[in-house]
Amino acid sequence: MANLTIKNLKKSFGETEILKGINLEIKDNEFVVFVGPSGCGKSTLLRSIAGLEEVTGGHILLDTKEITDLAPAKRDLAMVFQSYALYPHMSVRKNMSFALELAKEKKEVIHNKVAEAARILELDPLLERKPKELSGGQRQRVAIGRAIVRQPKVFLFDEPLSNLDAALRVQMRLELARLHHDLNATMIYVTHDQVEAMTLADKVVVLNQGRIEQVGTPLDLYRNPANRFVAGFLGMPKMSFLPGTVTALDHSSVTVELTSGTSVTLPAASEHLRQGSAVSVGVRPENIDVVEPSESSLTGYMDITESLGSDTYCYVKTDGQETLTVRMPGNFACNYGDRIGLHLHVDECHLFDEQGNAVQKPSRLAA
Amino acid sequence: MLSLKQRRSLNTLLMGVLAWGVALAIFFPIFWMLLTSFKTEIDAFATPPQLFFSPTLENYTLVNERSDYLHFAWNSVVVSFGSTIIGMMLAVPAAYSMAFFETKRTKGTLLWMLSTKMLPPVGVLVPIYLIFKDTGLLDTKTGLVIIYTLINLPIMIWMAYTYFKEIPKEVLEAARMDGSTLFQEIWRVLLPMSKGGLAATVLLSLILSWNEAFWSLNLTASEAAPLTALIASYSSPEGLFWAKLSAVSTLACAPILIFGWISQKQLVRGLSFGAVK
Repeated sequence: MANLTIKNLKKSFGETEILKGINLEIKDNEFVVFVGPSGCGKSTLLRSIAGLEEVTGGHILLDTKEITDLAPAKRDLAMVFQSYALYPHMSVRKNMSFALELAKEKKEVIHNKVAEAARILELDPLLERKPKELSGGQRQRVAIGRAIVRQPKVFLFDEPLSNLDAALRVQMRLELARLHHDLNATMIYVTHDQVEAMTLADKVVVLNQGRIEQVGTPLDLYRNPANRFVAGFLGMPKMSFLPGTVTALDHSSVTVELTSGTSVTLPAASEHLRQGSAVSVGVRPENIDVVEPSESSLTGYMDITESLGSDTYCYVKTDGQETLTVRMPGNFACNYGDRIGLHLHVDECHLFDEQGNAVQKPSRLAA
Repeated sequence: MLSLKQRRSLNTLLMGVLAWGVALAIFFPIFWMLLTSFKTEIDAFATPPQLFFSPTLENYTLVNERSDYLHFAWNSVVVSFGSTIIGMMLAVPAAYSMAFFETKRTKGTLLWMLSTKMLPPVGVLVPIYLIFKDTGLLDTKTGLVIIYTLINLPIMIWMAYTYFKEIPKEVLEAARMDGSTLFQEIWRVLLPMSKGGLAATVLLSLILSWNEAFWSLNLTASEAAPLTALIASYSSPEGLFWAKLSAVSTLACAPILIFGWISQKQLVRGLSFGAVK
C-alpha cells in the first residue's frame, strides 16, 4: 500500500516561488502524470517528493508517515531520471544491484532480484556491459530496472522518454504502461508531452506556473477542461479559440457573436455571464468540418494543409482573421487560398469566460 | 603560390620545429645538470663549457659521504605524501560542496582561494616563522606538512572542483535515491567517476610539494630538511661547487622525474581539465 498525500506544498528558489501551494492525493497503484509547460514546477514537485529538493512549506505524507524532511534514501521511493543517470563505472548488473547492496541484502536475494528485473526488461544478455556500451533505449531500461529491483513504494519518473528518438519513445511508452500493469505499483510520471500524459495516466495533474490547474482522468480533462489553459494544453493539434461577445442567453444556452459577425448558440449554464460579456469559444480540430462556403455563415480561406495520411490538418483563416485548426480525413484535398465554409459542432464546443474559466455545460439530466 | 595541401604540410613542419625548439629549451638545463654532475669541479668551471670530457662518479660518492641522502629523501617523501593525503582529504569535501551545492558565493570563494597563491610567500615569511617558532614547529616534518597542505590546497580544490563539475548531478542524486549515505555517495560513485582527474590532482600536489624550496629552506635546518634544502646546502658561502651541486640536484630530481615520466599520460589528461573526453 502506498498512498501519497501532498498538503499545501511550497517551494521557493530565493525570491522566486516555484510551487505555490500544491494539494494532491495519489492513491495506491495509481499512475499519475504531472504535465505542464517548461517551468511550470512539475519537475520541482517530483524532486520535492523524492527529497532531492528541500521544500519551503507544506507536508508530504506516504501513507500516514510524514516524509517531508526525510533524506531521499529513507523515503523508499525510486526515481528514473531523464538523463538515465546510470553509474558509468559499474556494469549493468552492478547498477541494478547497487541499492540492494547498500541495503545489505543477501547475495542470492540480490542475484535473484536482478535476474527477475533483467528478465522483465529483457536485459539478460547485457548484464555484464557498461552503460557506455548500451543504446539509449537499453540505458533507459537499465534505469527502470534499477528502480524495479528495489520494489519501492512509489516509482518516480522524470521525463524518462524525452531523450529517446520518436519510434523508441512510442515503444517504451507501451512498455511502461505494461510495466505499471504487471507491477501494480504507484507511479508518478513527469512529462511535457501531452500524448504521454493522455496515454499512460490514470490521473493527469496539469500544472501551470506552480499551481495545479486541474486533476482528473485523461478523458475527463480532454472533454471537460476547467479552463482555457487545460483546454489548450491537452489535445493535438491544439484547440482553437474564437473570441466573441455574449448577445443572448437563457438558463441552458448562450449565444455568442464571433468577431467575424457569425453567431453561434452553445449549450451552457450561464449563471455569471451577462449580455455583452467577453468570452471565447473553444473548438477542437475534430469538432469542425470544412464545408462549401454557401453552407455556412462562418467562412474563410484555407491557409496551410498538412496531410498525414490518416488525417489532414487544415489551418484556416476566417473572415474575422481568427485562425482555426480543422482535422479532416486523410483523403481530404484542398488548396492554399481556397474559399471555404466551416461547420462547428456546437454541442462539443467549449465556452470560456473572460478569466479563462470554463462555463459549465448544463447537466444532461436538466437539459 | 602554394597549394592548400603544401601550405598545410608547411604549417605542420613549422609547428613541429617550434615544438621541438621549446621542448629542447625546457629540457636543456636538466640535460646540462646531468652532464655537469659527471664532471670534475675543474671541468665544470671550464670556459668555454665542455660537452666532451672524461666522466667521473666522484661527485656522487662525495655527496653520499658528506650528507645522508636517504635522510633527506625520506623527509621529502613523508612531507609530500603527507601533505598530499591531508590536502586531498580537505579538497574533496570542499570541492564536492562547491560543485554540487553551489551558492552565490561559490565562485567568489574559489577566486579568493586562488588569489592567496598570487601573494608573494616572502610577504608572510616573518609571521609564519614566528608562529612556527612559538608552536615548536620549526624544523619538524609536521610543520612542513601543514605549510605544504595550506599552499597547495587552493590548487587542489580548484582542480577537484573542475573535475566534479563535469559529473552530472543526477548520477549523485540517483545514488542518494538508491539509499547511499553521503560517504557512500562520495566514495562509491563520485570518486570512481572522477579518478582520472583526482589522480592528476594528487600528482600535481606531490610534484609541487617535492619541489618546494622556499618554505623548506626557511623553516627547516637539518632534522626535517627535504631534498630541496640539501641542494641549497651545496651552494654555500665558501664557494660554489657546480659539479657536486649538479650531482645532488640530479639525485633530488630523479625520483620525481621518474614518477612523472611513469604517470605523464594521466597527468597530461588531467591537466587539460577534461577538454579531452
